[in-house]
Amino acid sequence: MTIVYEDEETQGDVPVRRIKFTINGKKMIAEVETRLLLAHLIRRGIGLTGTHTGCDTTNCGACTVLVDGRAVKSCTMLAVQVDGHEISTVEGLATASELHPLQEGFKEEHGLQCGFCTPGMMMAAKALLDANPDPTEEDVRWALSGNLCRCTGYQNIVKSVLWAAAKLRSESAG
Amino acid sequence: MSQALDELKIGGLGASRKRVEDNRFIRGKGNYTDDITLPGMLHMEILRSPMAHARIKSIDASKAWDIPGVHLVLTGEMMATRNLAWMPTLSYDTQAVLATDKVRFQGQEVACVIADDPYIAKDACEAIEVDYEPLPVIVNPEQAVAEGAPVIRDDKENQANNVIFDWEVGDAAGTDRAFEQADVISKLKLHYPRSHPSPIECCGSIADFNRATSKLTVYMTTQAPHIIRAAVALVAELPEHMIRIVSPDIGGGFGNKVPVYPGYVCSILASILLERPVKWIEDKTGNLISTGFARDIYLSGEMALRRDGKILAVRMNCDSDHGAFFSDAQPSKFKIGLLHSAFAAYDIPVAHLTDRGTYTNKAPGGVAYRCSFRVTEAMFFQERMMQAAADDLGMDQAAFRRMNFVRDDDFPHRTPLGFLTDSGQYAKCLDVGLKAIGYEDFRREQAEARKHGRLLGLGISTMTEPLGAGNSREYDILGIKMFDSAELKIHMTGKAIVRTGAKTQGQGHETTWAQIVSHELGIPAEDIVVEEGDTDTAPFGMGTYASRSTPVAGAAVAMVSRKIRAKARKLAAHLLEVSEEDIEWELGRFYIRSAPDRGVTIQECAMAAYSNMPDGMEPGLENTAFYDPPNLTWPFAVYIATVEVDPETGVWDVLKVVAVDDCGVRINPMIVEGQIMGGLTEAYAMASMQFITFDADGNCVGANYMDYMLPSAWETPGFELHSEVVTPCPHHPIGAKGIGECAAVGGPAAFVNAVMDALSDTGVRNIDMPLLPDRVWEAITYQHDVSGAPPVRSDD
Repeated sequence: MTIVYEDEETQGDVPVRRIKFTINGKKMIAEVETRLLLAHLIRRGIGLTGTHTGCDTTNCGACTVLVDGRAVKSCTMLAVQVDGHEISTVEGLATASELHPLQEGFKEEHGLQCGFCTPGMMMAAKALLDANPDPTEEDVRWALSGNLCRCTGYQNIVKSVLWAAAKLRSESAG
Repeated sequence: MSQALDELKIGGLGASRKRVEDNRFIRGKGNYTDDITLPGMLHMEILRSPMAHARIKSIDASKAWDIPGVHLVLTGEMMATRNLAWMPTLSYDTQAVLATDKVRFQGQEVACVIADDPYIAKDACEAIEVDYEPLPVIVNPEQAVAEGAPVIRDDKENQANNVIFDWEVGDAAGTDRAFEQADVISKLKLHYPRSHPSPIECCGSIADFNRATSKLTVYMTTQAPHIIRAAVALVAELPEHMIRIVSPDIGGGFGNKVPVYPGYVCSILASILLERPVKWIEDKTGNLISTGFARDIYLSGEMALRRDGKILAVRMNCDSDHGAFFSDAQPSKFKIGLLHSAFAAYDIPVAHLTDRGTYTNKAPGGVAYRCSFRVTEAMFFQERMMQAAADDLGMDQAAFRRMNFVRDDDFPHRTPLGFLTDSGQYAKCLDVGLKAIGYEDFRREQAEARKHGRLLGLGISTMTEPLGAGNSREYDILGIKMFDSAELKIHMTGKAIVRTGAKTQGQGHETTWAQIVSHELGIPAEDIVVEEGDTDTAPFGMGTYASRSTPVAGAAVAMVSRKIRAKARKLAAHLLEVSEEDIEWELGRFYIRSAPDRGVTIQECAMAAYSNMPDGMEPGLENTAFYDPPNLTWPFAVYIATVEVDPETGVWDVLKVVAVDDCGVRINPMIVEGQIMGGLTEAYAMASMQFITFDADGNCVGANYMDYMLPSAWETPGFELHSEVVTPCPHHPIGAKGIGECAAVGGPAAFVNAVMDALSDTGVRNIDMPLLPDRVWEAITYQHDVSGAPPVRSDD
């Protein structure tokens, strides 16, 4: 996103816009090419590489982040569209001392193998659990149907999300 | 006497230990190739051919060079001046790196641009003007061998047609004689469609050539880093000690990340020319249309049967479509991999198999997609043939299989096509599976449902497959024998590091290798760190694919642990002031046989190796073991699926799936079950939706995830797994067998057999995978077989 040219003559006519946004609670300002994808702003610009790009066509969901709390595939959203909005990525799930129950759940229930789809899965699951703290297995399968995994067969991913939901409920009850 | 260690508590063999690698992945702190940024790094994009077969008349890259931020445009012509326009393949053919004379498949690499930014590089690719002269296109073996077919590989001297090889194995005359004795001859013909392993992470590399040190470092998505180092040394003629291949975290492999791809080669050359790091990250379309495909083979065969159900002989005649270059990534000495492992689970006196390989205008690189080199095709045909034969005989599916199984006391068993199977309890596994699915009840329910027009079906797939290449006698890559090694260093405080030449891509080696060491030495698994993937630090190994890590590298880990234990025993004798013969071992501790209370722990031995070794002993507690397996390992599996087919729409729903896997001793049952569920999902994908096909012009249908359908959590059924049958591998040091691919290999036939069983009244013998609703509907409605072979039909 930041390009240093050798001299003025080689500089192309690249339209750049200044945007303000919040990511994982931190306020930021960026100057971006208008065609820059949100996934690339997050990965290359901000350096948060937990958000992965898998398919470029909004199918695999590895790039899922939350924008104002909604699960969004960041490979098909322009960076300029988050001007004035709030983004959450996988790096924002845990606090310094504590994992999010979703993170614990994925480890407990063996919900990941290669780990590539995992951040997107967890973010899609977070959007579900924020809206529905007590989902059924079917609810979870439907909420994750925009995220592809080639390793696990999903059964343990579903269990992981249900594990996290139960823990979140017991935490809020306690 | 001290309390004996509880192996499960220290994370040893059999513990469902939570995975170590998860700690970084759940935090988004994995380190995949695309996550790596080096100072001064440039970005490479590839221009691919839109045509499947065309002569290149000219390439004009001048407009690309003019775009600000572009550093280099590579074309075939430039590669040729460095003798790099072509590269050797793993199957002793050649493959174009960047096209010079003509393009031979849609998506072939034509040029590369290296620029400051990937967006600029993509712009510049679009600015390259290529003038193509279209040529006739071939998309299947039938067209390839037709009279007057254009010769695809006119670059090769002595290649007058499109046939790559004719290969056969078995006893042709004996098989002919057996067929003369048959009461019933059962026949089947099908196409196993082209598929793609399609890990979610695509391929990529970052080449970093340092002129000051002359060292080339390549971070890349490879399942076999040492093979890549050897290939770069041999092909690019760089000194091997100046090449470092690093395979960081890999976002799934499934065989796709074994071969050497043009993108890797171009990024390396670009880095050498520009003296800057060059990153290449493939997009999904590039991955799907140009990198290693799987299957695409036409299987036909017949079975000679006695009236009572005994199989007398099998004959298979196959046609394999290899695409434009014969670059199958398989290390056996057999041209079509281990296709002749077909029917290994059954006691068949004689068999014969032929395969003809042909070139077509499709992507090259048949890879072992979650499979040991064509084993998936073998087992699919086997189990479809078994179903057809049982139906022809009017026999029960389970009874027919049971009658022909190799019996438990018949091992070792030489198969008619040359393999030596060594262990298993086939009938017992089948019994477990039938009970779990409720076989008799389902058959009654099925008959009742049929009276009301409902189509229920049950499909069985039983198979054993050869996993864990080598041995080194029959398996090599470019002449390098298939073995593996492990290095184990015990630090003075009893903590340890183990390294192997395998490379995990989700299999959990960082967790399980520690468990093997823990089992052998009694060191808690959490005190052992596992490292793989960096050729400068990892010992030599052939990489991870074909379910070979546990059979070969895992065995090496056990063997090096035993070497360490042998030295520790000497240290223990020294510390206890007795002779070695007076010492006994229990997990984690040596003790004096006559005084069991007097002992030393493995940790105390480790400290002594650095602080109190006997006179004359070499200090330290480190070792390396190389392991050349005496045979492949032979897991056995039973997969049973039940389905209901909607006769109005052809849509079929899975009712229940049962898997019984006997993979010998399980190191980490949780991880094994994860592998089985993953494999079953890929099996369901292949049976139901996942395939790549081509139209008559060679356009790839399945070039992105909108066309290349993968099941999500919504479509994927649940699985019921059974682990009660355990037959240890007789030659593996801890009795383990391969498992990673079994369900993907044996699973597809269970689903297809179930649908075909539901359709048994129609007389339809075969519907090619995937069993898309329109194909099933067509079979039901018109009562005929449905082929899925390319070119694609207009309604597919």
